[in-house]
Amino acid sequence: MKPVFKRIIFFGIILSLWELGARLGLWTEIILPAPSKVIVSLYSGIENMTLLYDLLASFRRLAVGLAIALILGTSIGVLIAKSKTADDTIGSSLLAFQSVPSIVWLPLAMMWFGLNDKAVIFVVVLGGTFVMALNVRTGIKNVPPLYIRAAQTMGAKGLDLFIRVVFPASIPYFVTGSRLAWAFAWRALIAGELLTTGPGLGYTLRYASDFGDMSMVIGVMIIIGAIGAIVDQLIFQRIEKSVAKRWGLSS
Amino acid sequence: MFISINQLNKQFTDKNGNPSTVLKDINLAIEKGEFVSILGPSGCGKSTLLSIVAGLTDVTSGEIIVDGTKITKPGKDRGMVFQQAALFPWINVLENVMFPLKKEMSKKEATDQAKKYLKMVQLSNYLEHYPHELSGGMQQRVAIARALAMDPDILLMDEPFGALDEQTRTRLHDQLEDIWTETKKTVLFVTHSISESIKLSDRIIVMGTRPGTVLTDIKVDIPRPRSEHKDKMIEIEEHVMGYLKKEIDKVVSEELNHETSV
Repeated sequence: MKPVFKRIIFFGIILSLWELGARLGLWTEIILPAPSKVIVSLYSGIENMTLLYDLLASFRRLAVGLAIALILGTSIGVLIAKSKTADDTIGSSLLAFQSVPSIVWLPLAMMWFGLNDKAVIFVVVLGGTFVMALNVRTGIKNVPPLYIRAAQTMGAKGLDLFIRVVFPASIPYFVTGSRLAWAFAWRALIAGELLTTGPGLGYTLRYASDFGDMSMVIGVMIIIGAIGAIVDQLIFQRIEKSVAKRWGLSS
Repeated sequence: MFISINQLNKQFTDKNGNPSTVLKDINLAIEKGEFVSILGPSGCGKSTLLSIVAGLTDVTSGEIIVDGTKITKPGKDRGMVFQQAALFPWINVLENVMFPLKKEMSKKEATDQAKKYLKMVQLSNYLEHYPHELSGGMQQRVAIARALAMDPDILLMDEPFGALDEQTRTRLHDQLEDIWTETKKTVLFVTHSISESIKLSDRIIVMGTRPGTVLTDIKVDIPRPRSEHKDKMIEIEEHVMGYLKKEIDKVVSEELNHETSV
């Protein structure tokens, strides 16, 4: 049997049992509403446009935050790859920063920027920057020395060598860095939105929770999960694969 | 003299901090247009010597003069072909060959020049291909075209066919010979294959190991195409083998001693 059929049957069974349990009243609706209720909630949210506005608002914050994170991360990555002093100082603290979930910066961010978009964007930036910087550093340090020697015999040196050889040679790591930065930024964004004001997917999730609208809570959870999976698998993993192939990193 | 290598010495520091001599008192004089092979067992420093001529490696003492100028850094007068093709995977074949031309030529001139040399290595039908789509032999031909496209006086080749299968290697030997006849470049060709060096070169510099020194300098005066003069080729092969055998025995016995002492 094809994997896709196995998956359909698997999820079909889970959803049927879930629906059946809810209809039979094995648990109260506030604990876990039936899948059909979730679908109704999602449908009405999309029909009256509120979920679409949330999605738009969340994506706007994400786009700004991720763009800053990628630029900042790349700059830091290049700096610590090229300067030993920068690597010994900034570089060594990156791993420590990276292991702190960026949402813990939110209380400070709210003091600095107020309870608004900027605080959330700040958390998103922190979520993506460090992992991007670490990957860019690895990419630049792993450029095959043979490429550099070959380019030198063809007269390339200095900035010209960096732009035409070192930078393109490390693109596979840039792509991986961007994919991970996106993943961290997406999580940071939702966490930040849960704790601040709307509109936004995270805000709607908390709002629904405050009013005991569990079918909407689950609906938003599904949207968050679906977007995460789609962007990762349909966009980033595809780019990563085709880049790896052309760069000769996979057969 | 076109290339003169004078009293060249090269030492590396090994991981214990002890200096080890890779090249010792190398003296060579090479005429313009000569095809010279540098032949020796692995570890004799022949690749290091080529890398020094390319300007990629510093000398410890001594000097290399090319056309009256002392070599201190890489330059476009010396094109290099490595054992791996070292093509850039993010650009296609044509753009790879245009890589060294970008700065001093207009795009049109660079394209024409690159196409001319790709035609010389018979890859005109693969301009738009990316390196990962080509076989090893084809990649190496692109690398040769790329080195030639700068129109260097000297072509440095570091075991360029070492990673290829026998049939491909034989075909590339013929192609290289044609290219050399046509362009009259001075070629320095590093190899560990005796038959390869006899087939291609005017002169064979035989190197010994630990430290790397020039053992002998053999003139190959067999008319080309050489496949018609098998007897003479075998004669020279035996002559060269006499020199190399002592060196190979030396390496083998050192390795055996090392094993028993460990």
